[in-house]
Amino acid sequence: MFEYIVQQLINGISIGSIYALIALGYTMVYGIIKLINFAHGDVFMVGAFVGYFAAKAGLGLFWSLILAMAVCAILGVLIERLAYRPLRGAARIVILITAIGVSFLLENLGIYALGPQAKGFPEIVTKTQYTLFGDVTINSVQIIVLAVTVILMVLLQYVVHKTKMGKAMRAVSYDMEAARLMGINVDTTISFTFAIGSALAGAAGVVFAVMYPSVDPLMGIIPGLKAFVAAVLGGIGIIPGALVGGLVLGIVETGVSSAGFSLWRDGAAFAILILILIFKPSGLFGKNVREKV
Amino acid sequence: MKLSKKLIAVTAALTLATGLVGCSKSTSGGSNGDTIKIGANFEMTGGVAAFGQSQLNAIELAASEINAAGGVLGKQIEIIKSDNASKAEESTRVATKLITQDKVDILMGATTSTNTLAAVQVANDKKVPMVSASATNPNVTFDSKKGKLNEWVFRACFIDPFQGTVMANFSLKKLNAKTAVIFSDNAADYSKGLHKFYKEAFEKGGGKILAEESYQTKDTDFNAVLTRIKSLNPDVIYVPGYYEEVGKIVKQAREMGITVPMMGGDGWDAPQLVEIAGAAALNNTFISNHYSPDDPDPKVKKFVDAYKAKYNAVPDSMAVLGYDGMYMIADAIKRAGSVDKAKVKEALAATKDFVGVTGTLTLDQNHDPVKAAVILEHKDGKQVFYDKVQP
Repeated sequence: MFEYIVQQLINGISIGSIYALIALGYTMVYGIIKLINFAHGDVFMVGAFVGYFAAKAGLGLFWSLILAMAVCAILGVLIERLAYRPLRGAARIVILITAIGVSFLLENLGIYALGPQAKGFPEIVTKTQYTLFGDVTINSVQIIVLAVTVILMVLLQYVVHKTKMGKAMRAVSYDMEAARLMGINVDTTISFTFAIGSALAGAAGVVFAVMYPSVDPLMGIIPGLKAFVAAVLGGIGIIPGALVGGLVLGIVETGVSSAGFSLWRDGAAFAILILILIFKPSGLFGKNVREKV
Repeated sequence: MKLSKKLIAVTAALTLATGLVGCSKSTSGGSNGDTIKIGANFEMTGGVAAFGQSQLNAIELAASEINAAGGVLGKQIEIIKSDNASKAEESTRVATKLITQDKVDILMGATTSTNTLAAVQVANDKKVPMVSASATNPNVTFDSKKGKLNEWVFRACFIDPFQGTVMANFSLKKLNAKTAVIFSDNAADYSKGLHKFYKEAFEKGGGKILAEESYQTKDTDFNAVLTRIKSLNPDVIYVPGYYEEVGKIVKQAREMGITVPMMGGDGWDAPQLVEIAGAAALNNTFISNHYSPDDPDPKVKKFVDAYKAKYNAVPDSMAVLGYDGMYMIADAIKRAGSVDKAKVKEALAATKDFVGVTGTLTLDQNHDPVKAAVILEHKDGKQVFYDKVQP
C-alpha cells in the first residue's frame, strides 16, 4: 500500500510538473499586462510541432528544445505586435476575446497546414526505468521534465528579480503609465515578456510530446486549460505559485484516479478551481491587493 | 459613406444572383436526374480523421468502379462529400444539410458510432435511407431505449456484442484468462458498447472482472489508473478505445512493466497506433477486426491491389467496410429497380447472401449483418492474422 501511494505520488508530480511548466508562461503574461492569454495553449502546440520536425530532422532533445523555444518566442512577439498591441488602450474583455480568436486561428492554421491527425513523436530520449525501492519506479523522462521545469522557473525568478529588464517588467506591471513617464520603453518590455512566456510554452510543448509521444493541432486545448487552473490555484501572476499550483493539481488528479474514481478526475480539478475562487480568489500564494482608485 | 452604400448594393446584387443560380441548379439536379446522389457524412478532419479519410477513399474507389461498369440502372453514382469534423453535433448538421440542400438519395456515414448515432434521427425523420459502414454500436439500427427499429438506418459491419463477445471468449479459451480489467473511453458510445458485452460474456464464461476503469477522449496521462491496474494484477486487460489514446495507454502500461496481453477492437486499427505506441510495446496485443489485408481470399487481394494502385497505401478495415457498404447500396438499388427512397429501404432490409470483400453478408431483422470476424495479433508493429471467428 505504501509503495502504491509513493508510486502514485511520483505519477502526480510528473504530470503536475508539465502543468506547472505551461502555467509559468500563463502567469508571467498575466502578471505584466493582466491578460489571460488563451492562445498560450496553442503556442504550446506550435512548440510541440517544431520539436517534432526538429526531432525528425535528427536533432536531440537539447537542440529541439532550443529551436522550439526560439520559434515560439518569435511567434509570441508577433502575436503581441499584431493582435494585442493595437488594442492596448481597449477594455480588458476586448483583448481577452481577441486572445480566444488568436487561439482558434492557430488551431485551424495547424489543421490546414499539418492535417488533423495525431502524429507519433520520434523517440529522442531513451526511456530508462529506475527502481527506487520495492515496486516503485521512475523513468528518465519524468526526471527530465521535473528538472526542466525547476530550472526554467529558477531562471525566470532570476530574470524578473535580478536583471534590469526584470525591474522594467515589474514596473510596467505595477503601473504602466508611471513606468512610461520614468523612461521605460513599455512596448519593448511587453514584447520581451511575450517572448519569454511563449518560449516557456514552446519548451513545455516539446517536453510534453516527449512524454506522451504524439502531436496534433488541437493538443494544446486541454493542457492549456489545466495549466490555467494551476496558475489560478497558485495565484495568477506569481511565478512560484504556478509551480506549486501545477504540482497540487497533478497530485490531486492522480489521487482521485488512483482511488478508483477515474471518472471524477476532471471534476475534482475544476471543483478545486471553484473552491479557490470562492475562498481565496487571489490564489494560494496571492496577497489581497486593494484596487487602486 | 457613399462607397460603402455602393458596396452593399453590389454585394446584395451578387448574393441574389448566386442565390438564384444556386436555386435553379438544385431544382434541376434533383433525384430524378441521371445521377444517383450519395451524401457522404464523414470525419475528414478532427480526432478520427484517419477513419473518415480512408473510408471515403474506398467509397470513391467503389463508386468509380461501378460507374466505369455502366453505373446502376444506367445512372452514374455521384458522391457529395461533407465534413463532420469528428464531432457528433456537426454530424447532425451535415446530415440535415445533405438531405435538405443537396437533396441526396442515400446517406452514407459516419465511421464512428457516436457520430453515426447523431445522424440517425435525421435519417428517420426525413425518411432517407442511411448506411453506416462501420458504426458498431447496436443503437445505431435498433433504439434500445424505445425498443424500436430505426427503420431507415442500415450498416455493413458486425455489431459491438459480437466484437466484445468474441474477445471475451478468446481471452477465456485461447489465453486461459481467469481475471480481466476493462479500461474504456467513457466519452465514446463505441467503447462503452464493447465494454458492456465483453463484461457479460467474460463473466458468463466463468471469468472475473477485477475492475472497470475509464478515461476520456483526448486524455494523455494514464499512469495513475495503470498503476492501479498493475496492483490488481489481472490476466488480461481489455481496452476497447480508439488508436490515439490506446497507443498511449499501451506505451505507458508497457513502460511501467505491465506485460500481460492487452486487447481491443477495430478502433485500434490505424497506422498511427504503431507510431504512437511503438512496435515493441504492441507485442502481445490482440484486436478483433473486420478483415485482414493478408487474407489469401482472391476477392480481398483484388480489392487491396486496386486500393493500393489508386491511393498508394494498404487499406485498413475502415476502407474495406466502406467499399462493401457502397456495393451493398448499389446491390439494393439494383434489386429495388429504382432510386425511390422507400423501395431502396425495403431492398436494403432484404439484403441476403450479399458477397462482399469482408465475406458473405445477410442482414437480420435488426438491420445488423451476420458475418465473420478475424482476430489479429501485433508482432513487431505488424498485424498478423491469428484466427477467423464465425458468428
